[in-house]
Amino acid sequence: MDKAPILSIQNLRRDFKMGEETVHALRGVSFDIYKGEFVTIMGASGSGKSTMLNILGCMDRPTAGHYILDGEHTEKLKRDALARIRSQKIGFVFQSYNLLSRTTAIENVELPLLYNSRISSAERHRRAVKALEMVGLESRMNHLPNQLSGGQQQRVAIARALVNDPVIILADEATGNLDTRTSYEIMMIFQELNRQGKTIAFVTHEPDIATFSGRTITLRDGLVKKDVINENIQDAKAAFEALPPPEEFEE
Amino acid sequence: MSPITLIKISLRALLRNRMRTFLSVLGIVIGVAAVITMVAMGEGSKKSIKEQMTAMGTNAIIIMPNRDRRGGVQTESTESLEEADVIAIRENATYINGVSPMMTVSGQAIVGNNNSPTTLSGVSSDYLKIRNYEIEDGVMFDDDADRMAKVCVIGQTVIKNLFPEGNPIGKVIRYKSIPLKVIGTLKTKGSGDFGQDQDDVIFTPYQTVMKRFSATTNIRQIYANSIGEGYAEKATEEIMGILKERRSWTKPTDPFRVFTQEEMIQMVTSTSDLLSLVLTAIAGISLFVGGIGIMNIMYVSVTERTKEIGLRMAIGARGRDILLQFLFESVIISLLGGAIGIALGIAASEIVKNFMNWPMSVSITSVIVSFGVCFATGVFFGWYPARKASRLDPIEALRFE
Repeated sequence: MDKAPILSIQNLRRDFKMGEETVHALRGVSFDIYKGEFVTIMGASGSGKSTMLNILGCMDRPTAGHYILDGEHTEKLKRDALARIRSQKIGFVFQSYNLLSRTTAIENVELPLLYNSRISSAERHRRAVKALEMVGLESRMNHLPNQLSGGQQQRVAIARALVNDPVIILADEATGNLDTRTSYEIMMIFQELNRQGKTIAFVTHEPDIATFSGRTITLRDGLVKKDVINENIQDAKAAFEALPPPEEFEE
Repeated sequence: MSPITLIKISLRALLRNRMRTFLSVLGIVIGVAAVITMVAMGEGSKKSIKEQMTAMGTNAIIIMPNRDRRGGVQTESTESLEEADVIAIRENATYINGVSPMMTVSGQAIVGNNNSPTTLSGVSSDYLKIRNYEIEDGVMFDDDADRMAKVCVIGQTVIKNLFPEGNPIGKVIRYKSIPLKVIGTLKTKGSGDFGQDQDDVIFTPYQTVMKRFSATTNIRQIYANSIGEGYAEKATEEIMGILKERRSWTKPTDPFRVFTQEEMIQMVTSTSDLLSLVLTAIAGISLFVGGIGIMNIMYVSVTERTKEIGLRMAIGARGRDILLQFLFESVIISLLGGAIGIALGIAASEIVKNFMNWPMSVSITSVIVSFGVCFATGVFFGWYPARKASRLDPIEALRFE
């Protein structure tokens, strides 16, 4: 692990005005994430983890505190500057995949690069193919989302998050819509990416998913309740193979 | 984002909703086609009026007695034109190329079993150059030698009606029981789009009409032509001066009315200009309605694709990228509609021209302006929905179902 954190938040606060009342979603959260870490962020609903993720993803700005991503202070940046950071430093994976319908897998993967004018269309295609290879879907690149299973769609979404070579991949309940087998398959991909050096922050509320990561930050009521290094990281591949075989269906 | 990428993205979005795109395009198509056709109609009638006016002669000037208006009743002026006026103008005016009286008689021209309801015009030999007629066969009568002579020069339509076997020279036409010998024929001039047949004419010396047909010394109209373009006003002043001098005229009002060709063209075209304006305005309204159609569809599209907008923003699209994406969509719709509308408008103009014999003239200006207006329509009506899209909050947009 490098000395300098890739991501550092210091005393982060986020208030929402709901009419007369002010809701304190985050009440002073601090932690660092280092390059090559695989961190899960856990917490019940209302714990502030969605707010946390929106800020980490540069889609929202904190009310107070600091957020330094890859050496850059983001808390004072304007909309366009935040868009640039999202385009160049962040890869998003969503719970509901959010692929563009009627758009092929490869075009979906190319999408983030469209917003970076320095990348030529040939380069865009080359990178998208590479990203799809990393998730094992190079054979499906011309398929439309509705021709792919849920797990495959999420793998396309992961490829899309990889294609701009971000400093951190943010996953928001990325296995939330998937069954256990498929969830483990997805976790295998995340673990493999992590082994290749990718930094991952994975928001989930499923404790078994957290066992696949190297560190778990638990939020409660807008504060860090626990921040523990996982000494006993589960291997997703082994867990997947240990699952009972899928039930056979009559064709 | 490069413009080509933007166009690709916009086209793909438009193709995803073919029916909707088609209907929005149709709104613009109808608007533009209507504008093109209406302008073509207006321009066509203006052009045809101008052609007709020009066919009347080059730099023509018409002099006629002024009319008095008393209690809403129009009366003939007490002042009348006479042969001496014609001679005075011919001898003294320097800005005049030719001058001819114009005396008309209505009746039937008869040759054997054939007859034709043709107006007989009493003129001088100058009349040919004033009205741009040319002799085809035979000769024009001479102003001095043929004074009061029972001779005539006829147009091609008259030949067709009265001399179906051809070769009319030397033959005799009976007009109001007076025999007129044909001494010349005129080259064909064709007809204006609206106007009467300019080849359906019989010319005879004006003195013949005055003496033998009308029994009058008054001349109803004098035709003249100025020596060139831009001399109309000087020629008019000069003529009026000569006419006043002959009468020792001192009253502040003019004894005669003088029309120049330019004035008449202006008078007629101003009416047709107004008509074109009204037609174009009506057509413009339909284009405007088409634009509202685009705006409506763009609003629906933005709402429907809120989640897509959220995703694009989450992965790095700036507000500007989203704005341009939707603006391109509306501009593509309007330009596509414009192109099809222009083609359809030109086709409609051709159909009206060929099947209804209406003079149509598609002007390049109207095509260019329509296309420009379409572009402006796309930007104008696409702007607001596109701006709405660009200002969405990515978090809210992603949550949208």
